[in-house]
Amino acid sequence: MSKQPILEIKNLHAGVENKKILKGFSLTINAGEVHALMGLNGSGKSTLAAILAGRDGYEVTEGTVNYLGKDLLELDPEERAREGVFLAFQYPVEIPGVNSTYFLKAALNEIRKHHGFQELDAIEFLNLVKDKIKLLDLNEDLLKRSVNEGFSGGEKKRAEIFQMAVLEPKLAILDETDSGLDIDALKVVSSGVNKLKRPDSAQLVITHYQRLLNYIIPDFVHVMADGRIVKSGGKELALELEANGYEAILKG
Amino acid sequence: MSTATDTIESLVKQEYKYGFVTDVESESTPPGLSEETIRFISAKKNEPTWLTEWRIKAFQYWQKMPEPTWQFVKYPKIDFQDISYFSQPKPKGDAPKSLDEVDPKLLEMYEKLGIPLRERGRLAGVAVDAIFDSVSVGTTYREDLAKKGIIFCSFSEAVHNHPDLVKKYLGSVVPYTDNYYAALNSAVFTDGSFCYIPKGVRCPMELSTYFRINAAKSGQFERTLIIADDGASVSYLEGCTAPMRDENQLHAAVVELVALETAEIKYSTVQNWYPGDENGVGGIYNFVTKRGLCKGKNSRITWTQVETGSAITWKYPSCILLGDGSKGEFYSVAVVNNMQQADTGTKMIHIGKNTKSTIVSKGISAGRGQNSYRGLVEIRKSAENARNFSQCDSMLIGAKCGAHTFPYIEVKNTTASVEHEASTSKIGEDQIFYCNSRGLETQDAVNMIVNGFCKEVFKELPMEFAVEAQKLLGVSLEGSVG
Ligand SMILES: Nc1ncnc2c1ncn2[C@@H]1O[C@H](COP(=O)(O)OP(=O)(O)OP(=O)(O)O)[C@@H](O)[C@H]1O
Ligand SMILES: [Mg+2]
Repeated sequence: MSKQPILEIKNLHAGVENKKILKGFSLTINAGEVHALMGLNGSGKSTLAAILAGRDGYEVTEGTVNYLGKDLLELDPEERAREGVFLAFQYPVEIPGVNSTYFLKAALNEIRKHHGFQELDAIEFLNLVKDKIKLLDLNEDLLKRSVNEGFSGGEKKRAEIFQMAVLEPKLAILDETDSGLDIDALKVVSSGVNKLKRPDSAQLVITHYQRLLNYIIPDFVHVMADGRIVKSGGKELALELEANGYEAILKG
Repeated sequence: MSTATDTIESLVKQEYKYGFVTDVESESTPPGLSEETIRFISAKKNEPTWLTEWRIKAFQYWQKMPEPTWQFVKYPKIDFQDISYFSQPKPKGDAPKSLDEVDPKLLEMYEKLGIPLRERGRLAGVAVDAIFDSVSVGTTYREDLAKKGIIFCSFSEAVHNHPDLVKKYLGSVVPYTDNYYAALNSAVFTDGSFCYIPKGVRCPMELSTYFRINAAKSGQFERTLIIADDGASVSYLEGCTAPMRDENQLHAAVVELVALETAEIKYSTVQNWYPGDENGVGGIYNFVTKRGLCKGKNSRITWTQVETGSAITWKYPSCILLGDGSKGEFYSVAVVNNMQQADTGTKMIHIGKNTKSTIVSKGISAGRGQNSYRGLVEIRKSAENARNFSQCDSMLIGAKCGAHTFPYIEVKNTTASVEHEASTSKIGEDQIFYCNSRGLETQDAVNMIVNGFCKEVFKELPMEFAVEAQKLLGVSLEGSVG
């Protein structure tokens, strides 16, 4: 069976005014795969995630990004989301006064509308949510609160994964979802992510720590330095990285 | 691609939907203000002598007053001689005796505004008094209310049919000496709504006044008086719109509320006067005096306002907490955009023991709008154990607007507790991008964020109005799920 590519990034060069950040980044992710992206602070991981999600303020000077046969860079951020791109933020923002459940329902219904499905009403939505809450062992009270407002660092990360569970993206990008999680939360979040794994979707997991990869088993591990991937391998590459550090890999 | 900030700015520039002019013939006095004008208005309305004399005294007082300049708004000097002080739709023959005789064009206009006055089209559960320019054109549900002893009619009718009540309470909360515009209003007011809820009666439906300025060069000076007798309660709504015109129009109303023992009055406003265009041409000057007197023990007055319109808004709905244990509340959302200016807030005057007040003010500034909160919390010597809590939050959309806070606190009794919290935030591109990345359009994101910011105030509005208020802010409805 030939693999269906979900995301194909070719020779991507991008940056902000006066600063090049991505310098020839290439990566192909196929359906059903989990890719881990590792790399030093400041190597450009979050920038890549932001560009994929469509944040304003970055300039792409070279290269292409193909997502399910479409030019991803041509789409507005909300269109990307409706087409199935999901970014779990490294630092999720707070939106005071906007109820979490209401927010998520609005988001899901935008995606459903886009695909020609009927919008869910409050009852249908709550039923759906109940299942996902169990899946992620989430504290239900969080859903009664405003979006991320006053959430602890760990709660914010969990809430991101919960959103992902509800929105069921085709391509999920997790930007350091493991940072700031205690070991129990890490297990819950990663088992959630594993359960969400489907043959027709893919995940790009950005992390600094091999320990996450004990729970989320990646098919591929990539090491990023100075705006591009410098080494790729299987999950053993993460172990090697942990044992020998970046220096050794970058030299080798 | 435009930057997110530009997008936000263009989004808040929504066109004014109520700017049409209704083509009815109207009868107006020529512009100008003198004792003669006042006598003319009073005669036109067939008023008793005591009222004519009261007006004249107010006028004479007004003439000696200097125009106030302390407010944080700028506008060219108003030429009071260039305003027409009385305008009414020309009656076809005699004055209309029922809605059937009202000019169909007028009824059509109210339909267009979503305020059907005809029996069949009535707003469910809301009794409406509609004021067109200077006169009341119709009050609905009147008979139903009369069965409970509730009086709800135009001010002019009240003067004739309930003179004792009017005489007793008119000017008892806002005397004509109170301020410049209150004095002017007392001299020239033309109509308004009157409402009396008898002892122990809870008004079974929302009462509502809808104001519409139509005629050019006219001012609107209406007077509202609401009295809730012992143990009575009422919820009152006020809405307003005006056509788009290039010149500024003056709206200087006075609203007086009186709550007797354990009575409760909830007064909600959704103010949507024409704000002028992007360059600040035209728009209503909304200079209004609103004050409630918690006269009886354990009475309660709640002001809730959503101010989105007017070129200039200048008002401070206030509570005088005279009765022991009385409560005053003020919930406000004020939005300024383009060249709009708002200087609004409240005064809570604590006189009785164990009185309590709550102030929640949300100011939203966009475009080059300037938004000021001005609030006074005064605890008099007699007010043992008075409590106040104030919260003033400002939100800025874009970089050219401004938010200002002027809290004044005067405490003369050491047992008082006064708390004031304030915050200013910018609607963040981060927040908008976060919403975008979940599939929401920028417009919806802005609406949602603004709506979230105003939540504490919206929840104080009666249902029908909450919906209208959210629509007004261009805000999509936020359900109460979860
Ligand atoms: N808007 C911006 N303006 C200026 N510099 C930026 C901007 N965005 C990113 N950078 C710079 O680009 C580089 C890459 O940043 P990025 O956040 O992508 O790194 P990262 O790999 O995610 O790092 P970390 O592991 O610390 O999260 C950094 O040097 C950062 O300061
Ligand atoms: Mg990062």
